[in-house]
Amino acid sequence: MSANRSLEVGTGLFVLLGFAALGFLTTQLPGGKLGFADNSASFHVTARFDNVGDLKSGAPVTMAGVKVGRVTGVTFDSRDYKAVVALAIDKQYNHIPDDSWANIETAGLLGAKYVGIDAGGSETYLADKGQIDNTQSAMVIEKLVNKLFAAFASKPETPKP
Amino acid sequence: MIGSLSGSLGRIGQVALFQLQLLKACGPALLRPRLVVHQVYNCGARSLVIIMLCGLFVGMVLGLQGYDLLARFGSESALGVAATLGLLKELGPVVTALLFAGRAGTALTSEIGLMRATDQLTAMQMMAVDPMRRVVAPRFLGGVIAMPLLAAVFNVIGIFGAQLVGVTLMGVDKGTFWSQMQNSVELRDVNEGVVKSLAFGVICSLLAVYEGFNTTPTAEGVGLATTRTVVVSSVMTLLVDYMLTAAFLKV
Repeated sequence: MSANRSLEVGTGLFVLLGFAALGFLTTQLPGGKLGFADNSASFHVTARFDNVGDLKSGAPVTMAGVKVGRVTGVTFDSRDYKAVVALAIDKQYNHIPDDSWANIETAGLLGAKYVGIDAGGSETYLADKGQIDNTQSAMVIEKLVNKLFAAFASKPETPKP
Repeated sequence: MIGSLSGSLGRIGQVALFQLQLLKACGPALLRPRLVVHQVYNCGARSLVIIMLCGLFVGMVLGLQGYDLLARFGSESALGVAATLGLLKELGPVVTALLFAGRAGTALTSEIGLMRATDQLTAMQMMAVDPMRRVVAPRFLGGVIAMPLLAAVFNVIGIFGAQLVGVTLMGVDKGTFWSQMQNSVELRDVNEGVVKSLAFGVICSLLAVYEGFNTTPTAEGVGLATTRTVVVSSVMTLLVDYMLTAAFLKV
């Protein structure tokens, strides 16, 4: 009887584990919010962009190519039609001038978007709930190509000598 | 030539008829859940360790290969998506089914085959116990229930294996790995894997109990039946996998 009981308990555990795995797959993978990110002590600032490209929550924030924080949210402000990006920056980097530039950059040619910060020259530093005012939008390849073609088209034909 | 053709046609018909008989016996078998629970334990819980181990290694290899390939195009950030979709849609269900055929299918075949060879099944019939309901149907149901759960565990372990190699070893950013994955994987992809693993569960369990039930009642016959279970289950799994993939891509 006790052997039977342990068998049933084992089966129950197995079924539970299986359904837990199924639950993880169905709820956490498609559009899941679980970050699995290192949540070290950080302070939060926002930056407003005209266009963020396909910047996603969870993308890294870098200064001089070194990771200093993480994007925690991308929302749309319907009053001024800008994208509001929430950044969590590690506590130890509390000497970032408040006139720094936040740029949307791309890892490689096809890689994911991330936020790069170029230090400014101000004497006051970014603090919690601060805002980065100087931003540069994502470079959208299609627009760039269009501009390039427009430039070529408008150029007058130079007659060959 | 004609003889072997009609022989294999006859086999297919036999399996189909056996399937019908089995489905008829499944209803009464579900009324005795203890037998089914026992088989879920045999097929599922006891295969869990090997499934987890293989899932970890398959995930780690995917992380390594995927990183190497994607790094050539400078898009390592897509590693999470690539590894997860590969696991969910193909490797998870297929590798689990192959392992299941080897680990649980052979056990089912040889168990039922030995019962046949030692006339236990005949003895049951003499006592007016239907061996289809008492022996075959619970084992089939146990396999069908266990298979999707095993595949799900395989997938989860595999994803964390890919993360282990991709993030910890190769240095892909952890947030990018997960956020890209969560933004690209859809519920449809998960469903595809679950449907596939269910189908493979039916195929592997059915073939295993069929081979066992219809074995030649000798020591050699049981051995041959066990071998045939693995070979036919594996081939059928891969064949049906192609057909299911094609069907899902059409939708």
